[in-house]
Amino acid sequence: MAQAQLPLDTPLSLPEHPKAWKWYDYFTFNVDHKVIGIQYLVTAFIFYLIGGLMAVAMRTELATANSDFLDPNLYNAFLTNHGTIMIFLWVVPAAIGGFGNYLVPLMVGARDMAFPRLNALAFWLNPPAGALLLASFLFGGAQAGWTSYPPLSTITATTAQSMWILAIVLAGTSSIMGSVNFIVTIWKMKVPSMRWDQLPLFCWAMLATSLLALVSTPVLAVGLILLLFDINFGTSFYKPDAGGNVVIYQHLFWFYSHPAVYLMILPIFGIMSEVIPVHARKPIFGYQAIAYSSLAICCVGLFVWVHHMFTSGTPPWMRMFFTISTLIVAVPTGVKIFSWVATLWGGKIRLNSAMLFAIGLLSMFVLGGLSGVTLGTAPVDIHVHDTYYVVAHFHYVLFGGSVFGLYAGIYHWFPKMTGRLLDERLGILHFILTLIGTNLTFLPMHELGLKGMPRRVAMYDPQFESINLICTIGAFVLAFSIIPFLINIIWSWNKGKIAGDNPWGGLSLEWTTSSPPLIENWKVLPVVTKGPYDYGIEQRKGSTDEDDDEKE
Amino acid sequence: MQGTVDSQATAIAVDHAHEHPDFRVLGLLVFLISESLMFGGLFAAYLLLRGMHEQWPPEGTEVELLVPTINTIILISSSFVIHYGDVAIKKDDVRGMRKWYWITAAMGAVFLSGQVYEYLTLGYGLRTNVFANCFYVMTGFHGLHVFVGILLILGVIWRSRRPGHYNAHKHTGVAMAEIYWHFVDVIWIILFTLLYILTRF
Repeated sequence: MAQAQLPLDTPLSLPEHPKAWKWYDYFTFNVDHKVIGIQYLVTAFIFYLIGGLMAVAMRTELATANSDFLDPNLYNAFLTNHGTIMIFLWVVPAAIGGFGNYLVPLMVGARDMAFPRLNALAFWLNPPAGALLLASFLFGGAQAGWTSYPPLSTITATTAQSMWILAIVLAGTSSIMGSVNFIVTIWKMKVPSMRWDQLPLFCWAMLATSLLALVSTPVLAVGLILLLFDINFGTSFYKPDAGGNVVIYQHLFWFYSHPAVYLMILPIFGIMSEVIPVHARKPIFGYQAIAYSSLAICCVGLFVWVHHMFTSGTPPWMRMFFTISTLIVAVPTGVKIFSWVATLWGGKIRLNSAMLFAIGLLSMFVLGGLSGVTLGTAPVDIHVHDTYYVVAHFHYVLFGGSVFGLYAGIYHWFPKMTGRLLDERLGILHFILTLIGTNLTFLPMHELGLKGMPRRVAMYDPQFESINLICTIGAFVLAFSIIPFLINIIWSWNKGKIAGDNPWGGLSLEWTTSSPPLIENWKVLPVVTKGPYDYGIEQRKGSTDEDDDEKE
Repeated sequence: MQGTVDSQATAIAVDHAHEHPDFRVLGLLVFLISESLMFGGLFAAYLLLRGMHEQWPPEGTEVELLVPTINTIILISSSFVIHYGDVAIKKDDVRGMRKWYWITAAMGAVFLSGQVYEYLTLGYGLRTNVFANCFYVMTGFHGLHVFVGILLILGVIWRSRRPGHYNAHKHTGVAMAEIYWHFVDVIWIILFTLLYILTRF
């Protein structure tokens, strides 16, 4: 504050920062958006590994019908914290905090975010949140699932549950701070030469994401604070025997947590809209449709939350309303899917690791989307509620969708972030293992769910054993798929092939600066002369023959 | 930003905070959207709980009206008082701004004391019943915001002790404290309506 309030006639000072950041700058309260982006990505990735190990432990337990590997309470703690970590400490911070912070200023042609110090503060709320979650294991770990419905959450492992609540509130605060920053940055800090229809689609997606986080996160905070009061201060908001109501928690929780699904997928959609045209060498199909569909998802997404509560004594009119609104969300999502397919159609596709993951996402997400449509319909949902069908659905959306997208983003922008290319052979191996692992793990779960196996249990009916074994083998494949990726990242960071400023021939502004970018992004801010997706437009004007060829 | 693009030949790298207009007020307004939703969630929870009960508030947990009404008048008036501070700083009158901000902070403090007095004399506590839960959590949560508002105002007063820190053209901090104070005031009006007026009449 003090800095910006220097008298106006003070001569503009030269920047006080060094020429390049040293490794230890990444462990400090640094205000550079690129440092913060990398801090988010690396921190989130570490939590991804921790959450992944929990999943592997759970799948090992589920290989047999009896409880023989984990203590059932520990299993519950793992399933709660696996979900929490993957959502609040991996996908959300990596997609929004990591890619958002790194790319938005570069894409709009700004030197930094609108509020750099707020940005750094937002990041530094994440490590304590993670530490709280991990420390809660000293008290048994929160065991009520990531949804933490009362009354279960008010009577099980209450100290750990309170720590869990504080961790989520911290992560939520970070998310609100980040949203304020993104909204102001995208709204106000585009280079003057960039028109709104030249704004990269990733930024449109981030705008929609931020609006959604801004509006929904505080409601979750309220729901959790009331839960905290119920657990620790003797109130009875959610205690039916004392006049409270558990369904109110579910409303407050899902008012955030359904939009949270879009928080986790909208930035990924943004990544898709960047990766696909660059590697298909074609203009994006339906720029406006994709941009507006992000905003449409943001608006409609706020009015679908009750489809998680069809079995919570929800009246029929509510079921009908929320079934319809849920099915409506599928429309803007479908618009995006078809636009990407149309972009790929007839493109000169470069099948490198980034593009493979993008195409993988497309197919996996369609599967997840279809099971989502069935689940959004009240009659089906009441039948398969809380079965493995739900687990299968959201893992196709969040693993096959979000995580594939994060991988695509990493393969795509790693050269920009580090100046070095990732190894393609390892990347393709990683993709193949991930694709096989995903389908081996999550596809059979549809059948388990339809046959009636309930989710969130350590022990189950022996008739499900053979299918569960397949899922467990798949989980191990997924666990091993990380190894080539880790080797690739660590090796390429220091020894990879030099990438150059623009290895993919991208047109958005981040490719106009050096790799890795200068500390303030550009010596002189770039001037936008053409759209971010104008691939091949020059040649097309020159020769109509080529145009015809492309149409074929 | 425009300046940098235009003067490419003589481009000097400048600290980026000076390159773009001051967006802090905009940032605060965006943040207040989020804050509104937080209170919105509380109000929604309150109304849902209210809708479930035949008698609201239950016997023995009625609210009193005298002190809260005086409190309401004080808080609403303070919104006008703080605005005089804003008018003063726009005329470069730092002393006047300080005076009005001191008065606002004092009125805020009186409001909080009134709130504490009310808590001590009500005869029921946080745990008594669901209405009491809502009453204490909602007014307490709002009181916390009043407290933060007072801290912001005191911060402005503290900074303004240095001559020239705020002037007619440069008073973002003053404006932000004022906006936040108005916000807290508006929330109180809704809260007062929900918790007091609509439970008594």
